[in-house]
Amino acid sequence: MSLVQQSPNPQTPGPQTPGTQPPAPPQATAARVQDARADVAALEHATFRGRWLPWLFLAPTLIVLAVFSYYPAARTLRLSVFRSNIIVGNEQFVGLANFADLLGSPVYHQVMLQTAVFVVLVVLLGLLCALGLAWLASRPVAGAKFYRLMLIYPYALSPAIAGTLWLFLFNPEIGAVNTLLDAVFGIKPRWLDSPFLAFLLVVAASVWKGLGYNVVFYLAAIQNIPAEVTEAAEIDGATAWQGFWRVVFPLLSPMTFFLIFTNVVASLFDSFGLVNILTRGGPVYGQTGITTFLVYQLYEDGFRNFRTGAAAAQAVLLLLVVVCIVVLQFRYGNRRVHYGA
Amino acid sequence: MPRTFRRVRWGHVWTHAVLTLAVLVVASPLLFALVKSTQTGAQVQGPSLVPGLHFLQNARAAWVGAGLGHYMLNSAVVAVSVTTGKTLLSLLAALAFVYFRFPLKGLAFAAVLFTLMLPTELLIVALFDEVSGGLKWADSYAAIIVPFLASATGVLLFRQHFMNIPASLSDAARIDGAGPLTFLGRVLIPMSWNTIGALAVIQFVSAWDQYLWPLVIMQSDDKQVIQVGLSKLIDVEAQSSWGGVMAGAVLAIIPPVLVFTALQEQFSKGFALGQDK
Repeated sequence: MSLVQQSPNPQTPGPQTPGTQPPAPPQATAARVQDARADVAALEHATFRGRWLPWLFLAPTLIVLAVFSYYPAARTLRLSVFRSNIIVGNEQFVGLANFADLLGSPVYHQVMLQTAVFVVLVVLLGLLCALGLAWLASRPVAGAKFYRLMLIYPYALSPAIAGTLWLFLFNPEIGAVNTLLDAVFGIKPRWLDSPFLAFLLVVAASVWKGLGYNVVFYLAAIQNIPAEVTEAAEIDGATAWQGFWRVVFPLLSPMTFFLIFTNVVASLFDSFGLVNILTRGGPVYGQTGITTFLVYQLYEDGFRNFRTGAAAAQAVLLLLVVVCIVVLQFRYGNRRVHYGA
Repeated sequence: MPRTFRRVRWGHVWTHAVLTLAVLVVASPLLFALVKSTQTGAQVQGPSLVPGLHFLQNARAAWVGAGLGHYMLNSAVVAVSVTTGKTLLSLLAALAFVYFRFPLKGLAFAAVLFTLMLPTELLIVALFDEVSGGLKWADSYAAIIVPFLASATGVLLFRQHFMNIPASLSDAARIDGAGPLTFLGRVLIPMSWNTIGALAVIQFVSAWDQYLWPLVIMQSDDKQVIQVGLSKLIDVEAQSSWGGVMAGAVLAIIPPVLVFTALQEQFSKGFALGQDK
């Protein structure tokens, strides 16, 4: 999970909502106050004069985005209604046939289903682990700083490197995991050949890879909780467990909400490198490989099978998913928000 | 008193136990890679987890034999160019959005924000067509640098940061006769190092981590980036020398970890805690 998302990386911690209003801050703490202040600030800050100067400053950004985001997006829409092959260069208008083929294809059904299961598992497990560990690492214990750094560092590893490390770690003959399992239980599971195990492995690797990002944000949110709130709970006789679930967890709900969205987007898109190195979409289960997720299928169709129209149609469907996610975030992101102070 | 004391102490013991276990589990893939990258070919094939003295030989095999040095250099060029370009372009755009009033400002801002919904993975088929066909950039550095020079995230974070800087500063600058670029260079940038550092980390790491796009657009090996190079190393070396692959992985991790460690403080302050400036 790169913080996202840097082409425009999907995991940006920023607001993902288009609009002229100042965006909701990544941490919704005091979001509305912030928005109001930002509105005023925007007026006060309009200091420099110049008719063309602002456009000159914006030009580099706008040109790059137009050429490498908007134009390809429009091209993708167009390609999705043609049956074409970008290598051969032929194309034939087919209307919505590409979409009909996809939505009627058992292979694509399975890919959608296993992507959904993968995303739900990765987001759920990832956020639970990150929350628990960030909470522990934010307690005033000796060496807390060291623990935090060690929990954050997977952020600096790429999905491809994560895939490489896990591939060796779970190598059936010489990997450390099977060496251990063999010594203790006398078993050597073939991790990448069994559909069930391979799926679990990709989930675990994704959770591990995303841990650093999630811990950073939860740590930040926990540190923003006013000490009086937790102290008051303690004085009222709450146990550590009650204090966490009844007081701290609700206060973290805006951050949890933000992280759910960034994690969904990250597990949809950033999983490619991991899957490509670790399992190459396999092993086969049912209609297709069990770790063939939506982006991997798009890559296979676009650059292996050269079914350009089908790949473009998949991109359009995925874009609809992203739009739904952003709309949901926009509509519900600022609700049920608990302001700290 | 004793009761409280005991409760706190046992709480800490559990905290340490769980955190230590978690840190070990989180670190184990990398620790395993580190150990294996120092072993001889025979040891790597065996169960031994004792560190050896062969890191330099393994690294040399990967660096020279499998061309890892070349891939690393390419990635360094790309990551530094993208990080520098994104930072400069985002600063300029945020300057326009915060310190100017102009027609269609809202529309321009919405246009920048909207691109957050268009990750490269979605556009890859059309982008490939455009970059390799129309622009004829296939196999050039331009193909993996130029499309990533603009950053909605960067514009957004700098804009938010600038808005929290008191307006009196820009008023004073204008009264003193300073132009917007002078103001940017003399006042805004010196006040923005935390945000710049935080963005540099995410931009460098994400540029260094590029995988899918270089995989499809770079055909010749001599321009390929480290992430794809590493996967080629697996194909070539996996049967013969996992030690070499692990040494390669360890080397590939070093630049982002260095950047991350150097800017860790800014990363937490300027970015994750961005609201509190």
